[in-house]
Order: sequence, then C-alpha cells, then structure tokens
Amino acid sequence: MNGGTNVGMSRQSGRAPARIRGHALWYAHILHRLSGVGLALFLPLHFWVLSLALTDVAALDGFLAFTELPMVKLAEFGLVFLLAVHLFGGLRLMALEWLPWPAPHKTLAAGTLAVSAFLSGIFFLQAI
Amino acid sequence: MLELRLYMAQRITALIMAPLVIGHIAVMIYAVQGGLSAGEILGRTQGSMSWALFYGSFVVAVSIHGAIGVRTVLSEWAGLRGGVLNGVCLALCALLLVMGGRAVLAVTMI
Repeated sequence: MNGGTNVGMSRQSGRAPARIRGHALWYAHILHRLSGVGLALFLPLHFWVLSLALTDVAALDGFLAFTELPMVKLAEFGLVFLLAVHLFGGLRLMALEWLPWPAPHKTLAAGTLAVSAFLSGIFFLQAI
Repeated sequence: MLELRLYMAQRITALIMAPLVIGHIAVMIYAVQGGLSAGEILGRTQGSMSWALFYGSFVVAVSIHGAIGVRTVLSEWAGLRGGVLNGVCLALCALLLVMGGRAVLAVTMI
C-alpha cells in the first residue's frame, strides 16, 4: 500500500499481486494514485486560467462566469474531493511508513473518504 | 540513490503542502460563496506578499511532488525507464514551475 514507491508490487510488471488486488487498502492505493494523476492533469489548466489575470481579465471573468454552470460546479466538487482525498490519503501513507505503532489503516482509509466527502460537500453546498 | 532522493523529495514536499492544501480548501469554501469574479480574487491577492509566498511555495512544492508522482506511475504502469522517464519527469516539473509561477505573478503582482 504505497503511493510513491512500489513496495508490495512486482518490480518487473509494476502490478499488484492478485492477493492484494481487491483489498480495501488496495482501493485506497489506487484512489491515491488516480487522484494524484487527475490533479497533475488539472494543474496546467488551473494555472493557465489564473494567468489570464495578467493578459486578459475579461477572459478570466468570462471563464469564471462559465464556472457558474451546474455541471462545472459538479466538476469542481469532484476536484475538491480529489484534492482532499489525496491530502488525507497521503497523510495516512506517511503515517504507515514512518510511525512506529500499527495504526488501524482500514479505519483511517475510510476516515479519509469521509472527511474528503465532508469538505467537498461543504464546498459544493457553498458553491450552488 | 536517485530513487531514495526522489522518495525523500516526494515526502518533504508532501509535508510542506499538507497545511497549504488545508488552507487552499478553506479559502475555496470561503471564496466560492456568492460566485467568483476576477475582481474579487485579485482584490484579495494583488499586492499581497503573504499570498505570493503562500502560492509561490505551493507551486514549487507541487511541481516537484507532481512530477515525481507521475514518474512513479509512468514507471510502474507504462514501463518507461531511464532517460525517457527522467526527461518526461523533468519536463513536467519545468512546465508546472513556469505555468504556476506565471499564475502566481498574475494574481499577486500589482
């Protein structure tokens, strides 16, 4: 269960052995990885939009008006969820790697989902 | 040795970003109320050294963290190795640094 290195994975194929796939913490690992890739893909767009403040403030306002669409608000909810779940999943991962005591990691992984859904839900309720 | 350095850089940038991400989520929840406008965003950030430092350090950390993370995924899932893998990682890091740095300047410069 490691997002940064391939501990527990086959170094040859980079794929988890069958006995690991399907475990609750395997899903936590996949969610951490996919949320990270999603955020990395989103960042250039995010930066480009903010850079419009330098060159074309009217275009920035036009884009911000576009974010008022319900579908875009739903997508923003998804992005905030990805950010929160990557943050708390990453903190759990570092606790797993560095803290000396055995932590209840399935509970922590479930807590990660709950806190992320809570925060992104609050964001969504404020946005609509 | 490179892998160990990347591993440590990944964790150090994660620890730097943890409070920044919590702050970013809090600001988003606060700022999104009543809709967003360029004037509102720039009114908060323009000319502010504090926001420039906050977002500037965020951009540096996320550029390093994101590039190393994508490197791991490309290595394990796409089988990339050696110079190609490191080249893609460095290019992504440079892209995020330049675009992110420009975004920070755009919203914090007067």
